[in-house]
Amino acid sequence: MPLSLLKYGLRNRHVSFNDIPPTPELKPSYDVVILGGGGHGLAAAYYLSHVHGIRDVAVLEKGYLAGGNTARNTTVVRSNYMTEPSVRFYKEAVKLYETMSEDLGFNIMFSQRGQLTLAHSEATLRSFHLRAEMGKHMGTRIEVVDPKTVAEICPLLNLDMGGQHEVLGGLWHEDGGTARHDAVAWGYAKRAAERGVEIHQRTEVTGFEKNGNRVTHVKTNRGKIAAGQVLQAAGGLNGHVAGLAGIRLPIRCFPLQAMVTQPLKPFLDTLISSANLHTYILQSSRGELVIGGGSDPYQLASTRSTLDQKEHLAEGALHLFPFLHKVKLLRQWAGITDMTPDYSPVMGASPLENYWLDCGWGTWGFKATPVAGKYMAETVARGRVSDILKPFDLQRFEKFELLNEMGATAASH
Amino acid sequence: MKLLTCPVNGTRNITEFQYLGPVRAASAEDPGELTEALFFAENPLGVLTEWWRHTPSNTVFIAERHTVTDEILATYLPSRKPD
Repeated sequence: MPLSLLKYGLRNRHVSFNDIPPTPELKPSYDVVILGGGGHGLAAAYYLSHVHGIRDVAVLEKGYLAGGNTARNTTVVRSNYMTEPSVRFYKEAVKLYETMSEDLGFNIMFSQRGQLTLAHSEATLRSFHLRAEMGKHMGTRIEVVDPKTVAEICPLLNLDMGGQHEVLGGLWHEDGGTARHDAVAWGYAKRAAERGVEIHQRTEVTGFEKNGNRVTHVKTNRGKIAAGQVLQAAGGLNGHVAGLAGIRLPIRCFPLQAMVTQPLKPFLDTLISSANLHTYILQSSRGELVIGGGSDPYQLASTRSTLDQKEHLAEGALHLFPFLHKVKLLRQWAGITDMTPDYSPVMGASPLENYWLDCGWGTWGFKATPVAGKYMAETVARGRVSDILKPFDLQRFEKFELLNEMGATAASH
Repeated sequence: MKLLTCPVNGTRNITEFQYLGPVRAASAEDPGELTEALFFAENPLGVLTEWWRHTPSNTVFIAERHTVTDEILATYLPSRKPD
């Protein structure tokens, strides 16, 4: 042990180390107010302060930092979608994840080990071809593989030959991976706070004051603040918060449930997902198996869990890996997802001039954290919607230009 | 086990029921309300009036349920709405 380290250890006066400063008092006004202190809001704050030089930013969070869906997702990052705008968007998300640890100087534990989605029916296999061709066209690593290759990629998987859920093929997406979700949010929060962004935890939006077509003030439980621009990224409460501003969103809330098992010796390198079984499974860096993601069958804005969904997830996991039958569950939880009719997000302009939306992230929001933050920040800074976000506009519903991604999300619906 | 009371068959396990979505204020028959009817469904933080079906008996009925507490406040047949 170096002598300096020993001396440091024996010294009494250690300076405490905080990644994020404590919540300050609210100022009377900010250039930009971000509603929601999850991954998306914090990423936008990071890009505003680092790329666009806008530092007079307040992030308002009702609960604690990144305690909503940022903490409740199952950490999957991928770009194997169906439509061109989506693949383009999520491809850039994956690219940003690849360098995020270095860019932020914060280890987000990105592990790019590939995602394998299984087909147990011809119909699913056909949709895989569609996704693979679109992905190749857009320059992502994706291909349809036969059962033999599935067995090579994941030797312990139950192919259920001759059974009810026989594996007929797979969609092998080498770009897929996982990242530590808390670290992503904390990394962005830390770097944004260094540039002067204020993060206000336990600060709930209670209403807005408007002048014509502009929001002038954001009312909170800690007082009223004037806002130049407002960016809404409120996760499961997006419909409610937009409603306070008088904006109707095409959103319905459903809980999404997931769970993790006790830690096991590493045996699962890839992410395994099955559309027919409505189950996906991956092994975390701690060895725990993360099993997701069952959407509740009816609308609810609560994070309660149900035994029905947990049994359903366990059944799916056992089908894929029957040897897990004696493994114990360690934790289980639910998050409120804000589902849109076409399973794509709503990003960009709102009916109000200075109010911007980053909503409708349903069951697919975590993977988009860096790219949504990057372009939402650009949109707010320039006052016009970035090109890559235009297909996700709220207006698409009135124009019947939906962006159908049903079936391209890993969770069950 | 979550229970739901069918107005015809009584209290049953909720897994016997199919959710059919909110009772819609907007009508798809009216061209002016088409977008609203198709995409902008009711999603309150509070009491939601919604359609359910008891699958074995094919009984379609209405439930009033709180979307935050998941408490079912009333169920009734559409033709017999209580006052």
